[in-house]
Amino acid sequence: MSKVYKDPITGVETTGHVWDDTLMEFNNPLPMWWIWTFYATVIFAIVYWVIYPSWPSGLVEKGYFIGTSEITYQNTDKKGTTTAQTTHWNTRALLAYEMQNDENELKRKKYLKEVAAMSYDDIAKDSDKSSFVRSYGKGIFGDYCAACHQTGGQGVIGHYPNLVDDAWLWGGSAAEIQKTISDGRKGNMPSFAKTLSDTEITNVANFVLSLSGTEHDVASAKEGKLIFNGKGGCMACHTPAGTGLAALGSANLTDKIWTQADVPHAKDKVAVVSAVVKSGIQREMPTWKTRLSEDEIKVLVAYVKLLSAE
Amino acid sequence: MMKQETVEVNAGYLIILTLIAISIGGLVEIVPLFYVEGTIEEVKTADGKDAVRPYTPLEQLGRDLYTKEGCYTCHSQMIRPFRDEALRFGHYSLAAESQYDHPFQWGSMRRGPDLARVGGKYSSAWQAKHLNDPRDVVPESIMPGYPWLRSNDLDYSDIVAKMTTLRKVGVPYSDDDAGYQANVEKFGEKVAKTLDINKAEDNIMLQAKKGNYDGDPSRLTEMDALIAYLQVLGTMVDFNQYDEKYFIDFR
Ligand code: HEC
Ligand code: HEC
Ligand code: HEC
Repeated sequence: MSKVYKDPITGVETTGHVWDDTLMEFNNPLPMWWIWTFYATVIFAIVYWVIYPSWPSGLVEKGYFIGTSEITYQNTDKKGTTTAQTTHWNTRALLAYEMQNDENELKRKKYLKEVAAMSYDDIAKDSDKSSFVRSYGKGIFGDYCAACHQTGGQGVIGHYPNLVDDAWLWGGSAAEIQKTISDGRKGNMPSFAKTLSDTEITNVANFVLSLSGTEHDVASAKEGKLIFNGKGGCMACHTPAGTGLAALGSANLTDKIWTQADVPHAKDKVAVVSAVVKSGIQREMPTWKTRLSEDEIKVLVAYVKLLSAE
Repeated sequence: MMKQETVEVNAGYLIILTLIAISIGGLVEIVPLFYVEGTIEEVKTADGKDAVRPYTPLEQLGRDLYTKEGCYTCHSQMIRPFRDEALRFGHYSLAAESQYDHPFQWGSMRRGPDLARVGGKYSSAWQAKHLNDPRDVVPESIMPGYPWLRSNDLDYSDIVAKMTTLRKVGVPYSDDDAGYQANVEKFGEKVAKTLDINKAEDNIMLQAKKGNYDGDPSRLTEMDALIAYLQVLGTMVDFNQYDEKYFIDFR
């Protein structure tokens, strides 16, 4: 089956495997550098295995390798008492240690603490702090908020409000934005498909457009005003003037800024407003206080305020 | 002595010796865990019940869709105890949190973000929009769209068989009164009700109706089940109840 040949020119033997009558393979040895590197990795693996430590050799336990056998971290229990804890090496303790000692982590905590202690006005005035807010805020905004409000905070009309236009559903003061992010918000407007006829909806839509001075049918809007303040009950949430209430998150209908009805891009502006009135609105901004710390939320508030101020 | 060549030219030897060689690595890692006490951490709710519960039938069907659609090929569900992961995804995953997963979805491929704590991060409306076409909400996303989830009716005809099978591998779904009472003891009455195999179909309807995950209350779709599953991921344990030491001591 197999027969070893010797190449007459180089003197190298073949492996003895023969295919298709004449096709053979030289049995050249592996280069020495390769073999020695291989042995070196085997030795490294054994040393690493002992020091890691994954083998109870006794060497680590006796403390021959400093810093590999034990980890000391600070534990703050639920009563608020902080004590030093020493445990055998494990990744969980290592994480706790790193969160308390890593240079970058300490810097992050220090900045968060300083920002937490400052007023929003002072943050905006302090260039060091506001550049921290800009870079750190951008990071967490990207991780947690951009999926809805988009990377630049411009939102998606009809779904997620624009945060850079300085027009607010729930109020634009720091305290109101902080509450929005921390507790979440539910934007809720009932559907009027059953309570108003199509003509009534068209009329009220024309009236809504008239509030912001957008082109509309004047006669229809006149009828619509009666519905807005009467049968429709729109004024209960949007106020008779149509300016909205921050407490309900009801949109201001008198500005030219739209969050749900895509009026600026629509050819038939009455139709898009009618569609919103017909379907109603159910939108949810999630709660973040369970996922983000108070200080991180403060950075986000400052970041959102920076975005809308630009 | 057996020569290398003997092994190379005999498929039987080759298979057996290869199997032995590769199982050593696995055994060395896995076997000790069966003897280490506290591999699975004890986590309780405020009223002393088990915090981690088996999936409700609707969530379980969602989980089956998660594996069927191959979401695990891009998403892991395992937050490792590293600083960068703690900052981005939250508390590291506990063994307890996947104790009722068969098989677990830890994974290691992260073409997309880890999903171990994605529950509650976004609204269900966002999830439905994102699953339908990710680029609707994340313009630069490389995740494929799954538009059929919204149009396919959820097939729950085999839910009883599925729960019964899971019971055999140790998930405490109950099919008789004794099992139910044991679950009341372990998880509390509210949860125990959802683990009752005999009421599985009713429970699916109830949860889907209450959650309205896909935004279309008139139908029960695959989207409902998958979002119900995503929304529960990583939400069962209240980490505020425990300090660092508690979980470190399990290692
Ligand atoms: C699941 C999608 C989603 C995510 C993620 C999200 N939001 Fe929102 N957010 C919304 C929706 C929807 C609204 C509008 C609520 C309404 O209709 O009243 C909103 C409203 C807001 C508002 C109030 C806007 C106004 O006009 O009053 C702020 C501020 C805000 N979000 C900030 C954030 C920040 C900061 C984050 C990240 C921590 C975030 N959002 C994450 C969906 C989301
Ligand atoms: C229960 C309170 C409530 C009532 C009643 C109500 N609205 Fe609203 N409306 C809201 C809220 C809240 C929003 C903002 C929802 C959001 O952004 O999530 C809104 C938004 C709108 C918008 C979208 C504005 C935009 O910027 O895109 C229009 C248009 C509108 N309402 C018109 C009406 C009309 C017309 C009526 C009466 C037929 C009416 N609303 C009745 C609460 C109400
Ligand atoms: C080709 C790889 C790929 C597949 C397959 C895939 N995803 Fe994704 N997924 C991504 C990427 C990349 C992102 C980040 C961009 C985005 O949000 O769309 C993502 C994001 C997500 C997010 C948001 C996570 C967060 O924290 O922002 C969820 C939820 C999600 N995917 C669920 C799923 C589900 C459920 C499936 C199966 C039906 C799935 N994915 C299949 C790549 C994938």
